[in-house]
Amino acid sequence: MATGIGTAVRHQVDFRIRAGRLLARTSLYMVLSLGAFLFLVPFVWMVSTALKEAGDVMKFPPEWIPQPVLWGNFVEAFTQDYAPFGIFFKNTIVITATAVFGQLLSASLVGFSFARLRWWGRDYLFLVVLATMMLPYQVTLVPVFVLMKVLGWIDSFLPLIVPFYLGGGAFYIFLFRQFMMTIPLELDDAARIDGCGTLWLYARIILPLSGPALATAAIFSFLAHWNDFIGPLIYLNSVSNYTLSLGLRILQGYGGYGIQRWNLLMAASLFVMLPVLLLFFFAQKYFIQGIVTYGVKG
Amino acid sequence: MHKGKLWRRIRPHAAGWLCASPWILGFLVFTLGPMIWSIYYSLTEYPLIRPPVWVGLDNYRFMLQEDKFFFNSLRVTTLYAIVAVPLHLVMGFLMALMLNQKIRYIALWRTVYFLPSVVSGVAVALLWQWIFNSDFGLANWLLGLVGIDGPSWLLSPTWALPALIIMSLWGVGGSMVIFIAGLQGVPQALYEAAEIDGSNAVQRFWHVTVPMVSPVILFNLIIGLIAALQTFTQAFIMTAGGPKQSTHFFMLHLYNNAFQWLKMGYASALAWVLFAYILIATLFVIRSSSLWVFYEGEIKGR
Repeated sequence: MATGIGTAVRHQVDFRIRAGRLLARTSLYMVLSLGAFLFLVPFVWMVSTALKEAGDVMKFPPEWIPQPVLWGNFVEAFTQDYAPFGIFFKNTIVITATAVFGQLLSASLVGFSFARLRWWGRDYLFLVVLATMMLPYQVTLVPVFVLMKVLGWIDSFLPLIVPFYLGGGAFYIFLFRQFMMTIPLELDDAARIDGCGTLWLYARIILPLSGPALATAAIFSFLAHWNDFIGPLIYLNSVSNYTLSLGLRILQGYGGYGIQRWNLLMAASLFVMLPVLLLFFFAQKYFIQGIVTYGVKG
Repeated sequence: MHKGKLWRRIRPHAAGWLCASPWILGFLVFTLGPMIWSIYYSLTEYPLIRPPVWVGLDNYRFMLQEDKFFFNSLRVTTLYAIVAVPLHLVMGFLMALMLNQKIRYIALWRTVYFLPSVVSGVAVALLWQWIFNSDFGLANWLLGLVGIDGPSWLLSPTWALPALIIMSLWGVGGSMVIFIAGLQGVPQALYEAAEIDGSNAVQRFWHVTVPMVSPVILFNLIIGLIAALQTFTQAFIMTAGGPKQSTHFFMLHLYNNAFQWLKMGYASALAWVLFAYILIATLFVIRSSSLWVFYEGEIKGR
């Protein structure tokens, strides 16, 4: 009998604990779902607006499923002659591709130098690299602009590309250095014994082994150049040289003062975001790795 | 022969210097040189079309005594940082705690929360300008669902800055990911030991989790603070500083002076003030961190 009561009590306690856990679980999932809804609904809103007729955009409460679904908005966003998006797209690709390439090339070479070579002054200069991470770009904004003007580079792509071939920025150098430090040093010795020169060592041994660092750096560099706004805003004057960011800015004024064509604007914005989102879905691992390297190991 | 001997001594260093030379050149041409020029410009009047004219400290005097936007832009930027940065830390941390448990479809949940933080720039600013549209926007529709008559957001001097803060929270996934990595670095043994000592979940949170991830909190705090003090694109696209200067961020003021009014000298002075502000704020945070940040090495060192 005693055991029976004991079991019953134990069952009851068990039940309470389990009920408590279930409650905690359920509320956790509810909070997470509500949060996920709030984080995703702007995207849905954007797509929905991008596919609406101009008149349906100004309906409240909003119609979530556009009737009719107007895929033509993407075509119109691209072909209206107010802001030639085809040209902006091409310009952005040219600038981004050239700048990313230079940034990877030069940051990996410099990172290689700091990680794998021994030379006088190296550690002091690395401190300088880290110090420049702390320097806000505003301090050099005006003099660099004046320099570009003196060089005659205003309204060309050069100010948005050339600086990245010279070191590629402290964050990227740091990223490559940290990664290359983890490659066993014996490899260098073996390569040296085989009569391998420094550049060969970099190009044929260390760089091919730095795949993850390259992928992470490529993603962050791509994001930075693709989304850059203040650079093009300052340096590019003629519309034929504009990038997508600046294109969106002029499309904002399309349709007269104060009246914005939100369906076209959302279609164009979605188009600008799309490469980033695609990249994210294919390479999420490297996005997270980059942030974590910076945050935890940094 | 003598030359050869010297070369043999330099050679091992030359390779390193050569490989680092792109950065050394870039540092001199695009960082150190411009910094020195910037100090000089900040002491001149320089309308770009004429050479700079030395005015001593007059730019700084003008800033403090005559520029009617200066203190307001400092106030707006500070207010934004003081509200947005702690909100980011708390939200990012809470989300990381939730997504660091054994739950179903964990990767999917994390992706959902992380996703908005990867998009940025003008496209995002436009999206949120539309979301905050006072008549047809998503924000007021959502508020309407719970029976709240929403404000006019970007058109209201009271609500424009809060709108930008809410928008910035959409990107909290970045700090969440860093927090998750930090949480995963906490040794399980510490929790087990604390449990054996009879602690409850709340105690374990405050005495194990928080101290162990405090370096990550510090990192997120500093990065968030620096980014907040440099806010530009959102304000430029969505509000252009208005209404009634309520979103007139410091960086917007600097941009207008440099590239709208071509006051390069004065803009350089503003840049140095921003630099000093960021530096002091960062140093203050780092100084204070000895009170609340716990480094594992401290115990091992003792």
